[in-house]
Amino acid sequence: MKQEELDNRLSEIEGELLSVERTEDNRIFLPCESEKAYAVCKFLFEELQLRFVISTGVDAEHCFEVLHHFTNDESGCIVTVKAMIRDREAPELESIAPLIPGAEWIEREMHDILGINFKNHPNLRRLILSDDWPEGVYPLRKDVKV
Amino acid sequence: MSQATRKPVLAVGPFHPLQEEMEFFQLTVDGEIVTDIDVRISYNHRGIEKLSETLQFDQVPFLVSRICGICSASHPLAYVQAVEEIAGVTPPERALYVRTIINELERIHSHLLWVGLAGHFIGYDTVFMWAWKYREPVLDLLEEITGNRNNYGNVKVGGCREDIPDELKPKIVKELDVIEKKTEMLTKAVLDDPIIHARLKGVGVLTKEDGVKFAVTGPTARGSGIDIDVRHDDPYAAYADLDWSVISQPEGDVFAKAVVRLLETIEAARIARQAVQKLPKGPVAVEVKEIPPGEGCGHAEAPRGETFHYVRSDGGNRPVRHKVRAPSYVNVPSFKASCIGEHIADVTITLAAVDPCYSCTERIAVVDSHNKILHDYDELLRLSRAKTAQLKKEIGAPEMKLEDF
Amino acid sequence: MNWKLWSLKKSIWVFHVNAGACNNCDIEIVNLLTPRFDVERFGIKLVGSPRHADALLVTGAGTRQASVRLREVYRQTAKPCVVFCMGACACGTGIFEGGYHIAGPVDKIIKEVDPNAIIAYVPGCPPKPEAMISGVVKALSAL
Repeated sequence: MKQEELDNRLSEIEGELLSVERTEDNRIFLPCESEKAYAVCKFLFEELQLRFVISTGVDAEHCFEVLHHFTNDESGCIVTVKAMIRDREAPELESIAPLIPGAEWIEREMHDILGINFKNHPNLRRLILSDDWPEGVYPLRKDVKV
Repeated sequence: MSQATRKPVLAVGPFHPLQEEMEFFQLTVDGEIVTDIDVRISYNHRGIEKLSETLQFDQVPFLVSRICGICSASHPLAYVQAVEEIAGVTPPERALYVRTIINELERIHSHLLWVGLAGHFIGYDTVFMWAWKYREPVLDLLEEITGNRNNYGNVKVGGCREDIPDELKPKIVKELDVIEKKTEMLTKAVLDDPIIHARLKGVGVLTKEDGVKFAVTGPTARGSGIDIDVRHDDPYAAYADLDWSVISQPEGDVFAKAVVRLLETIEAARIARQAVQKLPKGPVAVEVKEIPPGEGCGHAEAPRGETFHYVRSDGGNRPVRHKVRAPSYVNVPSFKASCIGEHIADVTITLAAVDPCYSCTERIAVVDSHNKILHDYDELLRLSRAKTAQLKKEIGAPEMKLEDF
Repeated sequence: MNWKLWSLKKSIWVFHVNAGACNNCDIEIVNLLTPRFDVERFGIKLVGSPRHADALLVTGAGTRQASVRLREVYRQTAKPCVVFCMGACACGTGIFEGGYHIAGPVDKIIKEVDPNAIIAYVPGCPPKPEAMISGVVKALSAL
């Protein structure tokens, strides 16, 4: 869809978001509380038919963030949902893999390297760390040094 | 090399997996039909994202260039574009053209590599030798421009590290003319060959619907009628200034993906030639002193598809977070949709159609429920080549000869 | 020099192992077979099993997962054999030094199995095919 239409339609989910941040004309960030992230992603993927690109897990020190990146190829706009996971002791997020099979691997990866639990993930097994990697050590957390 | 000293073709792909060893790709079968696939990717995991956080912004391109040898221009480009977004920097025009030329040259040699491997998998070893022979002049050109056949180290935040000397332009154009002509001849031969049609059409189909669900990109997507290409959708480098087309085919089978890659190779030669001819004068870099706090998304169309980098800065001189997504990360899982229901003789070519990294393709085996190997890579390759031989007998057309090109 | 090593020099059968490489070195190794470089004229042949190999061509920095397989491949390779570390990563982990998933470099992994292993180094990122041929020939002349 054209950029103008995309901008208009994003207002339909504004209620689920903490804010709408625009760093460029075609770079939009949608921070939201973790409980809202699934609904926002479902809206972007099913209603707006944006393409799923990948997800980024971040140890943002006071919380964890999971960024789900989508694009609107017609206008070259990248729309990123930023799920804020406030519970650092037991971080978890609803999996979007049942909705988008393309997200299956990256959620497994974030589980391996950041220790985030993805609820209702179809197959949350180890993906990228070796068989002998110690349990409970999450290399991309800030307290693990290279 | 003269015609008189043609050497016999050697079999490639010598990996002989050990018994009961976990392979990259483990296929389970019912008889000779694939029913499920499991993939282990920890063999190649090198912890690049964490290493990035220890490097300065301008050191990172050297690291990410080595994520994958054949996308070694696209990764640093996507990364620096993300950082340039944070810093609000636009490189000079000449830099954008140099970036375009190098990325299209990479596309050419990567696609030719693919064509060669695909030929090998189905038993057309003349195609393998031909394609890899025509890759060499492209690698020579890249070496002359950047100093290395691979891992060019040519992009930095703000532009390019090195310029293309104007004296080199006629040579580049001349090579591109040769490649375009030769690839056109090969494409015509492939499109006309009834055995290749019989071997690849209807094989390993990825439907458009599945392609969207698995979020595929690149020729894997464009071969299934998903018309996406970052160069067109979110233009970067000099692509918006040049005259070119997105190539796609609707059928979704291996044949469609092969056609897309061949036509893209020809198109890449045309894009690169235009960029060389229109190369504007001026510097190839602007100086960037610091990266303010912020976040940026950079993407580029690598030969395999969209390469995506997300970078977060806190104003220091290292990235606080750097996410790397190679195109194969989304394309390889789609193998599940395109391979289930296929015969094991078609497994190697179906996987190859997704164009994963070369070493991953060879770590493929059919296993039973106890992970014991029933058919290893050598066997799967043999079955694939045998199927082609059988089709040749049935259809009776002659094989393409090297002299034909 | 014993006759086993001498016969090794006549023609050398090599087995390629990817221990977590980015594929650049692997592709340059495959390039060795193509007409431009054509290593068969030196009697160098790529084989499908370590049991038939006189030399291992190892690429990659040696990730934790790949190191297990690399040690096993070395054990299965007929002795005497030469381990060629192809490329900067195999020679000394290259740009991946300090990575949390790196168990290498390759010589460290091999020496855990056999402290007296014969190891040769061909640096480069990737080493050009000419450099690989030169490295193999030099190593064999030194044996």
